[in-house]
Amino acid sequence: MTQYLMSVWHVDGNPGLSDEEAQASYAATGVFNEELRRNGAWVFAGGLHEASTATVVDGRGADVVTTDGPFSEAKEVLGGFWIIEAPDLDAALALAAEGSKACRAKVEVRPFQGT
Amino acid sequence: MPGAPDPDPGAAPAGGAGAVERVFREEYGRLVAALTRRFGSIDLAEDLAQEAFLEAVRRWPRDGTPPNPGGWLMVTARNRGIDRIRRESTRDAREEEALMLHEQSSDDPGDPFGADSTVEDDRLRLLFTCCHPSLATDVQVALTLRLLGGLTVPEIATAFLVPERTMAQRVTRAKAKIAAAHIPYRVPTDAELPARLRGVLATVYLVFNEGYLASSGEAPMREDLSAEAIRLGRILRRLMPDEGEVAGLLALMLLTDARRAARVEGGAFVALPEQDRTRWDRSEITEGHDLVRWCLRRNRPGVYQLQAAIQAVHTDAGSAAETDWSQVLTLYDRLLTIAPTPVVALNRAVAVAEVQGPVIGLRDVDTLADRLGGYHPFHVTRADLLWRLDRTEEARAAYDRALDLTTNPAERAFLTRRRDRPPASPRS
Repeated sequence: MTQYLMSVWHVDGNPGLSDEEAQASYAATGVFNEELRRNGAWVFAGGLHEASTATVVDGRGADVVTTDGPFSEAKEVLGGFWIIEAPDLDAALALAAEGSKACRAKVEVRPFQGT
Repeated sequence: MPGAPDPDPGAAPAGGAGAVERVFREEYGRLVAALTRRFGSIDLAEDLAQEAFLEAVRRWPRDGTPPNPGGWLMVTARNRGIDRIRRESTRDAREEEALMLHEQSSDDPGDPFGADSTVEDDRLRLLFTCCHPSLATDVQVALTLRLLGGLTVPEIATAFLVPERTMAQRVTRAKAKIAAAHIPYRVPTDAELPARLRGVLATVYLVFNEGYLASSGEAPMREDLSAEAIRLGRILRRLMPDEGEVAGLLALMLLTDARRAARVEGGAFVALPEQDRTRWDRSEITEGHDLVRWCLRRNRPGVYQLQAAIQAVHTDAGSAAETDWSQVLTLYDRLLTIAPTPVVALNRAVAVAEVQGPVIGLRDVDTLADRLGGYHPFHVTRADLLWRLDRTEEARAAYDRALDLTTNPAERAFLTRRRDRPPASPRS
């Protein structure tokens, strides 16, 4: 089994959903999460607050430097993620397709090292 | 015939100078595919195949080519692989145990590939891995040519006109992704198969066209790409004998390739109606026609089968004037319903011009101007029809536009010549 990060990407800070659509996507994501737990693929998942709530910390130098805002000013923003376990990429991609449909955003699938 | 996987049709016979290279090229995909299944790593499989090849280079000239060269290479590579794993896993008892289990269940020495069906399945698995949708198209093409075609990285780089380093990086990264992301080594399930097979066929056709459309007599390597695509097509046909589109693609490639010799003369392309049909390859045409007939009997058409059927109408005609254009038009009508692309519509318009006259054909062509304005065949088709309608100045302008859009020397030579001399209508 390999662990994969399935990250959810929003463009320009939001998925562009109406309130009603957003509620529907939360509900669908909840159903999808339940399914992940049931079939044993679930490792962890979470949604994130807006990128503007982020703080970047650089501890490499003598002084720790703290900066307001997300690390990257790109218009694509990480909105949340799943960590799942799957036998191979095909299985992970199939789950990602369901997850993408549920949360109504594009999902990037990336394997973890050492799994 | 266990232990002697039959060579692909058209394979050069072993023996004489360069025998090792020919055998290697033929056997490479088979070796890598079987070794990948056996050892679970494409990189290791390639290393082992390479080592076996070097051993052959050392021994065959001295001892003579073995009666079953492919089997010899496989046994040699497999033994080296087992040695290597033993060396690397001595401290890991569990792995050692796994290896022993694997060996016990392994094939007898006379049958180094395992049952024939497994070998074939291995190559199919490898092809589906190389053409996995998570890999970019150019990566799929490079991997397929490298792993199944046995082309070297410099050869592939030359064929695709990219620097060797770029191509090497592309192949290395792709193999790393296959390993890290666990891209599966298997033939997709029935539910996934149609979509995945489309990807594989598209890649093979891309390889073919890269060799065919760009061949100008100056780049012999590129002709090899078409030959390689046809070889892959034949393998697929053997592995998936019930798939109509597999047969269709092979037929399409054969019937297109059959005209290769007549297609370029004195460094310039020759259009279909003006080609010397005696130079067409009869054996490829016969094979292609047989496949098209098989598809027609089966009657479950797809894009490749219909395109092959269209080519078959052309290759069936003794002369351009004898072409059954109404049949071509009917086939394009069907193709357009399942593949409604502007390029198909453009080709259909050529048939319309033959059946209903150039005025109607040109009208159809002109409706595509928005979508095909940057596609040089659009301007060539337009120019040809304008010539036939005696709209000389407009025709010249259209040829000029086509010339602006292509850099291929044979294509340019053809267009420059045609610009000053009207094309012969198939009826004239």
